[in-house]
Amino acid sequence: MTAARQLAERHRFRWWELLPWIAGIAVFFAFPNYLSFGTQVLITILFALSLDLVLGYAGIVTLGHAAFFGVGAYTVGMMAMHWGWNEPLSGLVAAALVAGAIGLASGWVLLRTQGLTLLMLTLCTMTLLEQAANMGAAWTGGFDGMPGLSFGKILGLFGFDALYFRSQYLYVLAVLFFCFVIVRMLVYSSFGQSLTGIRENLLRMHAVGAPVRARQVLAYTVSAALAGVAGALFTQANGYVNLAVLGLERAAGVLIVLILGGYGRLYGAFVGAIAYMVLEHLLAKAYPTAWQLGIGLTLMAVALYARNGILGLGDALRRRLGAGGTR
Amino acid sequence: MTSAMLETRGLCKNFGALEVSREVNFRLERGARHALIGPNGAGKTTFINLLTGVLLPSRGSVVLEGEDVTALAQAKRVKRGIARTFQINQLFRGLTVLENVCIAVAERLGVGGTMLRPAGRRADVIEQASRLIEMLKLGGDAGRRIVELPYGRQRLVEIAIALGLNPRVLLLDEPAAGIPSAESHILLDAIATLPKEIAVLIIEHDMDLVFRFAERITVLVSGAILAEGTPAEIAANREVRAVYLGSALDA
Repeated sequence: MTAARQLAERHRFRWWELLPWIAGIAVFFAFPNYLSFGTQVLITILFALSLDLVLGYAGIVTLGHAAFFGVGAYTVGMMAMHWGWNEPLSGLVAAALVAGAIGLASGWVLLRTQGLTLLMLTLCTMTLLEQAANMGAAWTGGFDGMPGLSFGKILGLFGFDALYFRSQYLYVLAVLFFCFVIVRMLVYSSFGQSLTGIRENLLRMHAVGAPVRARQVLAYTVSAALAGVAGALFTQANGYVNLAVLGLERAAGVLIVLILGGYGRLYGAFVGAIAYMVLEHLLAKAYPTAWQLGIGLTLMAVALYARNGILGLGDALRRRLGAGGTR
Repeated sequence: MTSAMLETRGLCKNFGALEVSREVNFRLERGARHALIGPNGAGKTTFINLLTGVLLPSRGSVVLEGEDVTALAQAKRVKRGIARTFQINQLFRGLTVLENVCIAVAERLGVGGTMLRPAGRRADVIEQASRLIEMLKLGGDAGRRIVELPYGRQRLVEIAIALGLNPRVLLLDEPAAGIPSAESHILLDAIATLPKEIAVLIIEHDMDLVFRFAERITVLVSGAILAEGTPAEIAANREVRAVYLGSALDA
């Protein structure tokens, strides 16, 4: 019966789940000069969280997740540039819808494939979008992107502050919290359980009569919409958008963040984004010319000794310490 | 003649020039305890794949309780009550035994795609899964992950998952494969205590198991049915002894 109780209680909030949010608010007061950096970290967390839903839970291997980040980023950028639509929250909704639609359309086609084929096709989709953004200069600003965008007040109350990022930070933190609650609900639901089933054994999932592809496409769509929100936040917080939001570097970066933190465990996105970006920040300060060497060495260490990321390392440690006691 | 639980009519399957099923006319009666035997490469697993909809036949039809299901996809056939186990374990290896069975039960109850309610609050799903786990005497392992279980126990989880689909037809593809003979009695007990209303078709190489379990035996050779009958008839059949059983029964 203990197994049943464990399963029944798994989704309950635990006290330590408050910590990231307390820390998020604490940073606002403790490091007023780092809020620009903090905002970028929060956006990366959201982006990695969206990837975790497909990669970590549903086992869909993608190298093109920046496609949706970019679509979201360009959606709010283009709305502000061409239509003067600069209300932030409705911009997020639009970005989620457009990115979700592209996730649905591309997922519908791409998720017929698996493994390396899928990996290549997600990469191709992203590259196509990147080139579209490059060539459609009249709409997207082409290679230069769209600099100097300005956005209106959030809910008509507080405006973005270009110098200290105070309102950006709180706004992005609030949006991250909202999106996190959605992802958390999904992964602990029966739908989330079936996604892990798909990840663990596709053949068996078909044999229990699950509509496997529909579930995958749905997860992909939700994930794309969330990545779109992350991209939209990027444009809004920074006031510009350029081709880099759609690039391979961003797609690979978020993958590294998630693997570093630990995929398929909800909080890996948080730990990975903070660890990666803080490390990058410190290394770039210490060795302005060779900081990537440090990142590379860290990743090698993770790949060799911590397959399940930083959070997995914590698990292994706890198992080892607890091995002497009861199971 | 009343309709069988599951029936195939003139079932053929070719892979290119290779004929793996040839004009198979097969009847699985309600509540049957039926065994399908045959040498390696006789097309037994292909036959299961044709019954479950993993493969589509080149010709012929699959009929479930008088209804032609040949065109139905695998998922739809599962919903109509055809469940299977695999020759090589196909489990959710990183998940616990309870979660494995819950996934199957949730799909059967049609709640596998719901997003708002936590899986842990599906008391009905957890309760039904727990009952099956108890029935197969896996209760002590319910909270353990599949990778932590010995192979024999994993074979039981295969059956628990299939039973979680509440099948009317259960297809067991070599359930005893890979289990040390000292442990195979656990599996035999599990199979012997399956609910009577389920029609069971078992593919098995272990002749002890086949002759203890089956009330009817079909012998498949090179994709075609060579003989069918009661265990006594099959044991006495000269042709069967010649091509397949060989000395196993002389002893």
